[in-house]
Amino acid sequence: MVREALRYRAFILIIVADVAIWAVWPSAGVTVLRHTFSNFAQMASVLPPVFLLIGLLDVWVPKETLMRFLGDRSGFLGVAISIVLGAAAAGPLYAAFPVAAIMMRKGAKFSNVIVFLGSWSTLKIPMVLFEASALGARFAITRWVASVLGVTAMALIIDRAVTKDEKRAIYARHEI
Amino acid sequence: MFTLLAYALAIGCLVVSLARDRDRTRTAFRKAVAAFTGILPDFAAVLGIVGLVLTFLSPKTVAGLIGAGTGFVGMVITSLIGAVTLIPGFVAFPLAKSLLDRGAGMAQIAVFVSTLMMVGFVTAPLEIRYFGKKVTILRNGLAYLYSFIVAFIIGLVVR
Repeated sequence: MVREALRYRAFILIIVADVAIWAVWPSAGVTVLRHTFSNFAQMASVLPPVFLLIGLLDVWVPKETLMRFLGDRSGFLGVAISIVLGAAAAGPLYAAFPVAAIMMRKGAKFSNVIVFLGSWSTLKIPMVLFEASALGARFAITRWVASVLGVTAMALIIDRAVTKDEKRAIYARHEI
Repeated sequence: MFTLLAYALAIGCLVVSLARDRDRTRTAFRKAVAAFTGILPDFAAVLGIVGLVLTFLSPKTVAGLIGAGTGFVGMVITSLIGAVTLIPGFVAFPLAKSLLDRGAGMAQIAVFVSTLMMVGFVTAPLEIRYFGKKVTILRNGLAYLYSFIVAFIIGLVVR
């Protein structure tokens, strides 16, 4: 019980701060609590299918299969698949983290995981369509193309900058 | 929309999985719950922070700040705002459009949109839990710098 509560210490601290804000500045406090509540509502609606799919993928997709498409020797195809996987998604970036974790557990190449993360953050097709309707197709397409190059280049840089041991440590976080 | 699709996909897979192997499905379910409860404390903290940040850096406040600066200084300001805020796309794009209409520069808006999506300052604690400090700092730092290149390109292409 105490240990459970300790895991939530950061969250508890924030709620205490929220209440303190509410005490000295009620209108702002109410807004903070309303935002926080709606964030949780969004999370509660977005995450269940994501985690369910992750669980199913975990038991049904063999490591070898995923490695063939996204592993160390997946080459250019692996990069392309990572981009498509991220771009097909929608929803906040935080939903991409657990998906990236299962990719690592199933032996996806580190640089592909980073490409996937970058793609999810900024290349999401549903969002780009919305962007085009608000800011114009020229704006959205230019940003998309420039970002594809950037996402790939950044993944290569990060891949170089992180040592083998550091990668192993990151992958080890996601072993069960 | 996305949520509906994700539910349809997840439920479809669940049904197939149940039909093929009950025990395995149970294991999958247990794994899903374990993965979720394992990371929930960090999720809760980040969502709490986002609630705070969104209140004091509301879209209205952001609009005022972006309207203020022009040139490179304006880009630095808008990029920082984009990096620390977490405004969903359906609010951010119309906001960006209205700022453009009110005379904000194309490059400023481009750097705002790009940092808003690629750089997650408030979600960094969560990212660190998954990828460690070094990768998180590298990814967000590089994405921040690259957003200026994106803005430069958009400034050239879009008039």
